Amino acid sequence: MSLRVDISKSLAGFELCADFEAPSGITVLFGPSGSGKTTLINAVAGLLTPDSGRIALGERALFDAARGINLPAHKRGVGYVFQDARLFPHLSVEANLNYGRKRAANPPGAAEFDRIVTLLGLGALLGRRPAKLSGGEAQRVALGRALLSGPKLLLADEPLAALDGARKGELLPYFERLRDAGDLPILYVTHSVSELGRLANHVVTLSRGRASGLRTPADVLADPRLVSGGVRGVGAMITAVVVAHHNDGLSELDAGGVPLFLPKVGREIGAHLRVRIAASDVILSRQKPEGLSALNILKAKIVGLREGEGPGAIVALETAAGQIQARLTQRSAKALGLAVGLETYAVVKTVSIAQEDVGG
Amino acid sequence: MSWLGVEEWQAVLLSLKVAFWATLLSLPLAVAVAYALARGRFWGHGLLNALVHLPLVLPPVVTGYLLLMFFGAQGLGGRVLEAVGMPLAFRWTGAVLAAAIMAFPLVVRAIRLSIEAVDARLEAAAATLGASPLRVVFTVTLPMAMPGVLAGAVLGFAKAMGEFGATITFVSNIPGETQTLPSAVYGFLQVPGGESAAGRLVIVAVVVAMGALLFSEWLARRMARKVAGA
Repeated sequence: MSLRVDISKSLAGFELCADFEAPSGITVLFGPSGSGKTTLINAVAGLLTPDSGRIALGERALFDAARGINLPAHKRGVGYVFQDARLFPHLSVEANLNYGRKRAANPPGAAEFDRIVTLLGLGALLGRRPAKLSGGEAQRVALGRALLSGPKLLLADEPLAALDGARKGELLPYFERLRDAGDLPILYVTHSVSELGRLANHVVTLSRGRASGLRTPADVLADPRLVSGGVRGVGAMITAVVVAHHNDGLSELDAGGVPLFLPKVGREIGAHLRVRIAASDVILSRQKPEGLSALNILKAKIVGLREGEGPGAIVALETAAGQIQARLTQRSAKALGLAVGLETYAVVKTVSIAQEDVGG
Repeated sequence: MSWLGVEEWQAVLLSLKVAFWATLLSLPLAVAVAYALARGRFWGHGLLNALVHLPLVLPPVVTGYLLLMFFGAQGLGGRVLEAVGMPLAFRWTGAVLAAAIMAFPLVVRAIRLSIEAVDARLEAAAATLGASPLRVVFTVTLPMAMPGVLAGAVLGFAKAMGEFGATITFVSNIPGETQTLPSAVYGFLQVPGGESAAGRLVIVAVVVAMGALLFSEWLARRMARKVAGA
């Protein structure tokens, strides 16, 4: 099942234009505040009517201006997790979970209810009222409620934005499991680079109402014009396998044959992880460095050089672990004589790989 | 309450009966109108709002006279109701209609405010979970507005208890049939030596009115706590 979106909508200040096809897995809608992400997702949900175009889920048209089709929100079969959980305060957690279930086209059975309650760890919360839940618990209930409405598509509008760092870390694995579980397409709105790095299979970027086509996460993370903080926010995402947990508190990962060391990762040996490496944490050396305190040194070939608007430059590097970026000044780039095709060594400071950016 | 005379007791009971039915029968319509005014966007919105509030600003005697014109023996509505065996003029049922109309603006206002206070984002969430607009009203909007609905009902009951001008104009002041508590107070004050009976009824009126206001406040607070789940 895939979601086809081709719409435009005039709004105060700008025009929203989007044309993309989101396959199964998580498609992240990425862009700064006010770029039209929520407007786009609301149009898919049926909470807002586009001026023209077409939205289709598989073969089923949800909206088609030319054919006069505009299914109301309650007939779209689209689950929606809002930024503010929006649980019904007058109903218990259990009644909230059942609200959409009872009205689903193919109501999820008792086994499915139990499975989702277990998956999201809601068992102990069922009898409570939403007012008695923490932010993270409320958001988990909201996710469960949306899943139990038997959706053909899941929408999530910055579902972690209202949570503190620890709670974010608590909720992210649930979205990862959904992504890896199967064929439910998920549109996930965020402006967080680390959420994008951990969750995205595909990315659609938005800037002042203009949506890009489908892009790869690595491509977006490497683009200083897209990530917040410009060249400072640029980074790469690579996949690695946990091979050992050492006594000195470090975990050893294998990324395409390259060993990586980082502070203890709470995952079992053999687990596949995504690791984000910020370009500002990577330095370059023409010769193989020796007598250096950094543990992670990767042989790298320069495949791209991009100069930012300021004094900085982004160097794209091909390594055995995948493509990463290094941020340096244009002056250093000149002094080292960097050019595309050159062999260098990339040094990644161990401590710089943040826990928040490590995920499965 | 042996200190109330037979006629006084009759007036108190009749007022309670009239107020009860006036509240019960007008509540569903009041909820519907309040919802339309709070959430509806339609042609004639302002007109409906003005019409609902009209009894609040018209002199009650004018409202009573208009009722008499329409529902009296010569009126169009009166003849129809006479034909189906349900005449209103000079009957206690007419007092119910007069009380309901006079209390209506207060009830609608209280309910409308509580519906407007319901977070529309919750209604949108309900729609994404497959609830049709009507279902959203009955499963989200009204349950959450319930404190206001109950407070409005109690307020309407108290107002209906005390309605005088429109009632006496429309159904007169017939002991045992249409002599409500305020009509009885008025009647006692017209005859020499009636002051003590009027005084006793005044005490009853004050107690009922105060009781209703306190009860409505208490109910609203209790329900609000329950709805919020705290």
